[in-house]
Amino acid sequence: MKIKVFVTPKRNVLDPQGAAVAHALESLGLAGLKGTRVGKVVELEVEGADTPAFRAQLDKLCRDLLSNPVIEDYHYEIGA
Amino acid sequence: MDIAVLQFPGSNCDQDALQLFASGLGLPTRFVWHKDTALGGADLVVVPGGFSYGDYLRCGAIARFSPVMAAVHEHASRGGLVLGICNGFQILCEAGLLPGALIRNSSLEYRCITCDLTVEDAGTAFNTRVLGRRVRLPIGHGEGNFRIDDEGLARLEAGRQVLLRYADNPNGSLRGIAGIRNEEGNVFGMMPHPDRAFERFHPSQDGLDVARAVLSVRFPELLRKSA
Repeated sequence: MKIKVFVTPKRNVLDPQGAAVAHALESLGLAGLKGTRVGKVVELEVEGADTPAFRAQLDKLCRDLLSNPVIEDYHYEIGA
Repeated sequence: MDIAVLQFPGSNCDQDALQLFASGLGLPTRFVWHKDTALGGADLVVVPGGFSYGDYLRCGAIARFSPVMAAVHEHASRGGLVLGICNGFQILCEAGLLPGALIRNSSLEYRCITCDLTVEDAGTAFNTRVLGRRVRLPIGHGEGNFRIDDEGLARLEAGRQVLLRYADNPNGSLRGIAGIRNEEGNVFGMMPHPDRAFERFHPSQDGLDVARAVLSVRFPELLRKSA
């Protein structure tokens, strides 16, 4: 199965990269921009089945390694 | 006294940190490789600066899972002294040994300058008497912007866990925080480099007293030697 993990800065955490990108988007003519957050995507390919035990393991890995819960949120999509 | 300086792939201030303690203070200091699982009875563990594991994912995120870090956790839980400098501070935050996190500088620029820092009253754990009110130390980082939630910030301030603040905030850190300690007072982290401030050709020699301030509560003889 293919998994995409999305990691984004928490809403209440300053995102200097997002602010800089927003500035550039506006200077390129994007009107009405209300927010820009820059995060990252981690793509995994794993052999096995999408079970509750696997999701528990994946959540732990997301919390421990792929994101830092002090400053980031994560969510993931699991596809075939 | 036995001081251990950790080495990760990508550490680049390991030699500087070793020299600060070995040549600057004349203390027995040695390296410990990140794959080692024991610290060999070190009194102080120094986590040096650099770009461990290329700073991939997040600064310090991968180093915290190195084999030696289990020994660092155990050492800290027994009250052993730990000092993280720059990337070492980032690693200690990622490892949960210190609260908060360090994100990209608000300017988005890598800042490499010498900073004036105010020395905070951080209780008996960090001997400010040897430091006075201000020190000057170099910084060199792109991710030194200290962040923590409101509750955590209130706890840091109330517990006098802030060691150093920038006089002129170079990176956007909350309340200008440049260095902190844990609640127990045995784990220290700072973005400025005492390991780049002890030789005569360095921009200052205040790093020696910062190192003494960390060690002196446990080893008061260091202060007598320096007096």
